[in-house]
Amino acid sequence: MAGATTFREGMRAGLPFLLPTLAIGISFGVVTRSLGWDLGAPIVMSAIVYSGSAQFASTSVLGDGGTVFAAVLAAALVNARFLPMGIAFAPALTGGPLRRAAEGQAVVDASWALANRGGRFDRKLLLGATLPQYVGWLGGTVIGAVAGSAIGDPDKLGLDAMFPAFFLALLVPELQESKRARVVALAGGALALALVPLVPPGIPIVAASLAALIGLRQR
Amino acid sequence: MTAVWTTIGILAVVGAAIKATGPVLVGGRKLPGWADGVIALLAPALLTALVLVDTFASERSLVIDARAAGLAAAIVAIALRAPLLVVVVGAAGVTAAVRALT
Repeated sequence: MAGATTFREGMRAGLPFLLPTLAIGISFGVVTRSLGWDLGAPIVMSAIVYSGSAQFASTSVLGDGGTVFAAVLAAALVNARFLPMGIAFAPALTGGPLRRAAEGQAVVDASWALANRGGRFDRKLLLGATLPQYVGWLGGTVIGAVAGSAIGDPDKLGLDAMFPAFFLALLVPELQESKRARVVALAGGALALALVPLVPPGIPIVAASLAALIGLRQR
Repeated sequence: MTAVWTTIGILAVVGAAIKATGPVLVGGRKLPGWADGVIALLAPALLTALVLVDTFASERSLVIDARAAGLAAAIVAIALRAPLLVVVVGAAGVTAAVRALT
């Protein structure tokens, strides 16, 4: 199946995420302005960091009076899941290291999950699916930063609930695949929930990937 | 403001490095056979964790709030074989309704 889709089909697959990322981007812009950030700061951050969870994590550390080091560490931990995701995506990439590094930047949760074909990845689908989300994220941040508190609370629309629902929709076919997948899902999910109160945000998700090591055992 | 801009600059570099690591080190190459079994299982492990943490975690505590109702709506929609858009919009709608009522 790999290579069968086009960039345009990837964009279409990513389109349903334009609205939720726009809404979450707006709330990021609003939150940073309420913390007294310059107009340009959230916009530049969304443009070059482009990771909602990491940006919220570092912003809340700085907002609580934390140091730059603590803010960067929190965001890096939240983003550590992109390490195993990037390794899984890597065999689908071609070209030199610089080009592979650049294309690796397109890995975000929703695109990674959409492009996953049972452990093999569809490169164009992933790259295409990220584009509408980048537009939504950056556009939302600009709207939120400019309009500020005039917008009200974007949470009221419940858009933050779209992401877990989406991940669940992608998870169900994985679970139907094999008993092994169900065991791994159960173990990874239990591990993540158990770790939430014990470790900084982000780590529970990364730790869940350890459950996949069950795959080392011969069937 | 200096702290904010410094954080943004460092984070852009660190974030890019995290995402580049896999593609640079193992890009274009076939992974050894033992890795295939692990990678095939990364999706169920990570997706389950994302579903549960996005729904039940609030910073460092576990909570049951309006998002749980949204997830329940998603489960029903998936069981009824509804299209993806209906699943995610339904979850948002139910979450928004519960938030409006509570």
